Amino acid sequence: MTVERADGGGSGERREALGTIARATLDELRHTWSLLDPEPQHEFVRPPEAGMVMVRGRIGGGGAPFNLGEATVTRAVARLKSGAVGYATVLGRDLRRAGFAALLDAAWQTEAHRDLVEADLLGPVRARLAASSELTARRTAATKVAFFTLVRGEDEP
Amino acid sequence: MYVAVKGGETAIANAHRLLAHERRGDPELPALTAGQIDAQLTLAVDRVMAEGSLYDRELAAVAIRQARGDMIEAIFLVRAYRTTLLRFGATLPVDTARMAVQRRISATHKDLPGGQLLGPTFDYTHRLLDPGAGDAAEAPAEADADGSVVGRAIDALGGEGLIEPDSAAAADAPGDLTREPLSFPADRPLRLQALARGDEGFLLVLAYSTQRGYARTHPFAGEIRMGDVEIEIDMPELGFAVSIGAIRLTECQMVNQFRGAGDVPAQFTRGYGLAFGHSERKAMAMALVDRALRADEFGEDRVAPAQDEEFVLSHADNVQATGFVEHLKLPHYVDFQAELELVRRLRREHAARASAATSEAAE
Repeated sequence: MTVERADGGGSGERREALGTIARATLDELRHTWSLLDPEPQHEFVRPPEAGMVMVRGRIGGGGAPFNLGEATVTRAVARLKSGAVGYATVLGRDLRRAGFAALLDAAWQTEAHRDLVEADLLGPVRARLAASSELTARRTAATKVAFFTLVRGEDEP
Repeated sequence: MYVAVKGGETAIANAHRLLAHERRGDPELPALTAGQIDAQLTLAVDRVMAEGSLYDRELAAVAIRQARGDMIEAIFLVRAYRTTLLRFGATLPVDTARMAVQRRISATHKDLPGGQLLGPTFDYTHRLLDPGAGDAAEAPAEADADGSVVGRAIDALGGEGLIEPDSAAAADAPGDLTREPLSFPADRPLRLQALARGDEGFLLVLAYSTQRGYARTHPFAGEIRMGDVEIEIDMPELGFAVSIGAIRLTECQMVNQFRGAGDVPAQFTRGYGLAFGHSERKAMAMALVDRALRADEFGEDRVAPAQDEEFVLSHADNVQATGFVEHLKLPHYVDFQAELELVRRLRREHAARASAATSEAAE
């Protein structure tokens, strides 16, 4: 039995959960939502909507901010009958993905659903992302230059 | 006087129909999918996103296909699409030091923490055409990675005060040239925004001009890095920032001619480039032009085009440029008719003067 967390698990956990949900594919999200039986009653406080955010960089990497260019994003806000309100803002223009993301953020905050969302969605997505970055890092590491110096000159070692 | 010209409707409709047919090409060959363009013409997609100033791989791929591979036309399509979308806000400034690097090189430091990571580069290829480049490739080699974040090469010099530090963070939101028209003098954040969406060819040529002596800045590529960076936005409803995904960026830190005067000991100056996607040439050119545009800051004489911010920023945008150049194709019948009348009158007057002079001489 899990402990009741009125604050939705503390902002640190919620923040991490939202970040993970944002990286989930439509299929991953839809699959987890389909496992919630019966399907929770819900409504969209803000139906999925596509738009943009201005991506900012910093001069020199660490200085004053500047506007680099925009990225497409989709956002949605969903409320479950239990009262939990889920928020989603995800890169891209897939309205369905943003809709499911908001629903699953709300489900994650609901005591009855959290374990399933953790086990079926967040765990696998974290594992997929970790495996993908591990593979990228290993492939990149194979292109690391191993410098060696040729000893020249007449001096005996 | 304006004269309404009609009669082109059928011709235009049929021209567009013909365009669609030509775009599709040989129907015996399979049609390109946006996914294929994204996966196999990745750098074209990156360029369209950078200069279209909109990060969306699928949209850029669709634009490239629709434009029949004409990059500026594709960039134009993306810019036009962009105007149909509402802007929800701005991200927190990206932290490129935490980039999951897929490439990271420094031409100034051989041995730097994290090492020289070549990544998927054209460098050191022999530029021999390979008809087999479309075939299945070998699986990439792998090696143990220590899993640590690859820090900024620039910090190796910065620690000793040998290099200009990052500018102080500004309190105000940076200016945005998509909201207010550019005015001069423009500050560095605005200049960088204009350069980031500027034409790669234009910036490349300007950057090259600085190397050839038109505003020489003695550059070294302090670091070039490419990889994925997390995008975070503030969620006011929640009271904290969340990650909404990752995008690929290329960053270039140029280390330039050192300066020192009076109380200030000599130190290297810097130019900065940052671009969507794997856009290395663009990021390097941007960094060189950024440094050249800082002439006033360092008391350098403004003698070359790359140092003239009004010239550079007013002509860097290829959508604006192509709009003005290509508008010459549109009917100018009335304008030209007026000029034609003028030339005829001048010639009549000239002929009259000439014949008067001849009859005077004859008398």
